[in-house]
Amino acid sequence: MKPTDIGNPDYFHKVVDCQWACPAHTPVPEYIRLIAAGRYDDAYMINWKSNVFPGILGRTCDRPCEPACRRGRVDEEPVAICRLKRVAADNKGDVHARMPQGPFPSNGKRIAVVGAGPAGLAVARDLAPAGYQVIVHDSAPNGGGFIRSQIPKFRLPDSVIDEEVGYITDLGVETRYNSYVSSLKDLLDEGYDAVFVGSGAPRGRELDVPGRQEAAANIHIGIDWLSSVSFGHVKSIGKRVIVLGGGNTAMDCCRSARRLGGTEVKVIVRSGFEEMKASPWEKEDAMHEDIPILNFLVPKEVIHKHGRIVGMSFDKVEAKYDDKGRRTLVPTGAVVQYACDDVLVAIGQENAFPWIEKDIGVEFDRWGMPKVDALTFQSTNPRVFFGGDAAFGPKNIIWAVAHAHQAAISIDKFCHGQDVAERPGPGVTLVSQKMGIHEWSYDNAVSIDLRFKVPHRDKAASLIDIKAEVELGFDAALAFKEAQRCLNCDVQTVFAPKLCIECDACVDICPVDCISFTDDGEEDELRTRLMAPADNKTQDIYVAHGLKTGRIMAKDEDVCLHCGMCAERCPTGAWDMQRFLLDMAQVEPAGVKLEALA
Amino acid sequence: MTFLPKPKLHHPKLVENGLGFTRRDYEGAISTLCAGCGHDSISAAIIHACFELDLPPHRIAKLSGIGCSSKTPTYFLGNSHGFNSVHGRMPSVLTGANLANRELIYLGVSGDGDSASIGFGQFAHSIRRGVNMTYIVENNGVYGLTKGQFSATADKGAKSKKGVANNDEAIDLVAVALQLGATYVGRSFSGDKAQLIPLIKGALTHKGAAFIDCISPCVTFNNHEGSTKSFDYVREHNAAVNFLDVIEGREEITTDYAPGTVEIVKQHDGSLLKLRKLSNEYDATDRIAAMNFLQEHHAKGEIVTGLLYVDGESGDMHDLLGTAKHPLNDMDESLLCPGSAALEKLNASLR
Repeated sequence: MKPTDIGNPDYFHKVVDCQWACPAHTPVPEYIRLIAAGRYDDAYMINWKSNVFPGILGRTCDRPCEPACRRGRVDEEPVAICRLKRVAADNKGDVHARMPQGPFPSNGKRIAVVGAGPAGLAVARDLAPAGYQVIVHDSAPNGGGFIRSQIPKFRLPDSVIDEEVGYITDLGVETRYNSYVSSLKDLLDEGYDAVFVGSGAPRGRELDVPGRQEAAANIHIGIDWLSSVSFGHVKSIGKRVIVLGGGNTAMDCCRSARRLGGTEVKVIVRSGFEEMKASPWEKEDAMHEDIPILNFLVPKEVIHKHGRIVGMSFDKVEAKYDDKGRRTLVPTGAVVQYACDDVLVAIGQENAFPWIEKDIGVEFDRWGMPKVDALTFQSTNPRVFFGGDAAFGPKNIIWAVAHAHQAAISIDKFCHGQDVAERPGPGVTLVSQKMGIHEWSYDNAVSIDLRFKVPHRDKAASLIDIKAEVELGFDAALAFKEAQRCLNCDVQTVFAPKLCIECDACVDICPVDCISFTDDGEEDELRTRLMAPADNKTQDIYVAHGLKTGRIMAKDEDVCLHCGMCAERCPTGAWDMQRFLLDMAQVEPAGVKLEALA
Repeated sequence: MTFLPKPKLHHPKLVENGLGFTRRDYEGAISTLCAGCGHDSISAAIIHACFELDLPPHRIAKLSGIGCSSKTPTYFLGNSHGFNSVHGRMPSVLTGANLANRELIYLGVSGDGDSASIGFGQFAHSIRRGVNMTYIVENNGVYGLTKGQFSATADKGAKSKKGVANNDEAIDLVAVALQLGATYVGRSFSGDKAQLIPLIKGALTHKGAAFIDCISPCVTFNNHEGSTKSFDYVREHNAAVNFLDVIEGREEITTDYAPGTVEIVKQHDGSLLKLRKLSNEYDATDRIAAMNFLQEHHAKGEIVTGLLYVDGESGDMHDLLGTAKHPLNDMDESLLCPGSAALEKLNASLR
């Protein structure tokens, strides 16, 4: 095998599974260590720089980091990364002084942002400190977009949204709320240097079955209904509620319905329980609130009498797989019927761009989505950029933020006449953590605690108040223990073959048998004859040549605990534990520096 | 300075042996020897060997004397019996334990100081008595615990860390063991587990006195240029005569080998020692030839390693003494105390 090029930032970045999986590439282990140390302000600022909405994400993130977490491969469950982030947000002190302090010297450029959701606000956050005049338009009376209108208050209180939207508007971003942008052409004509479209995917998919129109009064589109609940327009619902759909919106609908008078709320999904799009923890929370999830039921008909809904019927189906593993839902012939007073339809969201004219150079594909460059987020009109759900369809907050950072870089380059396709690389530091013999600047003892559960508010109390936050968050003591479960994957095992005397000390001590000294070979074959079989091909083998015996050092990164035992037992310092910090490129602020990483 | 214990988490696919134990179950406390010590590799090799042989940890007794080497039993087989004896006296304690309970597997761990100086006589007599044991000398040629003075196994002419040459002749423990009738004699190197693990497995399954001299570089005091027990020197001068596979049970050997390249030795317990010859002229069942070979190569400055001698028909001390077939702790009162009539009879026979 070719020796590993550890100079390539991607190599060690990939070892930090959580950071690699995070769309915004937040340096997770770095802030978890700070949380363990009680340095909540520092932990918050690292998050704020990288993902802009730590308090919001700490409650609502889709957590792509957690399935990726290495802990999940050596233990039953990953580190509760998301809820630790919330700990930093909840326990920090006043961080206003650590935010970029305006007024920022103007660079004379004006940027229009359409939509005050996570994408639009994050673009504004990145551009304002660089001297841009950013004007954010939104039809809602306040900022946050779907964060505010779609996510129930019992999961995300308004105070958290207000605070984090506030940090952005405090940067001198101009907000034009209550103003619906009805024409992109008009906006462009106002002479903006660039326009960022972060208008989300605002349209809920319709239910198309007989009886839908006749019983319309009691059939609601999920996202619209949630938004009405959120703004206080809807305060009650019938006792028996059917929620259609298996995504997180369906989970929010059913749990909201439970709090507004729904005593018999059930979720009904077309596919199997396992394939539902909702996050496992959201399904759990719904079921915990006595909401059954019924699967393999395809809506057939809305049953109504005298213009009032009576119930719904469904075709019972089963999943059949063909040779290629493709699934089809085949009717079993059985029809089941459930009585209900209201139906909430949460079967998907769609993009809608009725306000973008067809003749202004913004091209759309045959699915009605704008043609957007996946790297630069520039549309076919070079002055118009897209991000968040508006760019590639419904995803989630953290993706919106990641898009926004890249779009902001593109807008900055575009406004300065530079090539947007040339992307700035990340900042990388790799520093030894050795403090002495057997002493490291990180806590290298490996906790064997299982994942801690976040304390919840009492169920009865939760169900009578739609604004009462259900999750109470980890307290400091629990947060410390959970933080100690983090394996510090960013503290890398760095190997210097020239120093190695091949004494085998590292091989013998490694608790997970990830180090081998062996003859060279092709990767596939090599993977079979290491100290432990290296079956997980998504994880790299770290290969070093240049040993005296002509063998190679091959380390399977898969389940390395980053405990530093190899480096502790190494007599020559050939192994060293070095902290790898990868700082994604962002728009350079003018004259001021964003809070430096701890 | 803290020594953290080895983390309990292990590889998700860590295999179990026939007893349902993983290799981790054969580990001991974390080593407090110098980082990189050859002895730790030998401990790891012992762990591998016992795991692979499916040995029940509670049936193993590990005994040692004094020295860096003799500290190591703490670092492996944490669930086995252990006895850290007086300096150089491990062989006597082991012999006594073996006499009392012949059913345990005895593993004596010693060093070059413990066995070639203060306990030289003890070593010699346990070998010539044919005690059923695995006797491993972790041989680094220096007294590591007292800052690196030459030991009795240091080669003549070898240089100390400060550059002073050793003027005394070295004791070759392998040569002594061969001469005194050890029925299983091997030499290996801590830096070569592929050779060492099977050698230990063979010794553990051998009936009789099995002796392994394992060169184990002292990273702190004897791993410099001029040393003859450094990683580099041993790797450069290693003359391995064979490569051993220990085949348990009575499985058939079906692979065909070119004639003269493989030698199969059947041991008492039915296990087979398969020796892949690396040196054509070498016959591991010929004791006299082995002694000659050793001397010739020693004169050339080569370190002969591998399974140097094995007697498949070996017996042990209990056979020679005609002792009772069962351990003393297995005997009930009627056996241990046969009554006054039996005593009378015995006394009468002696009058």
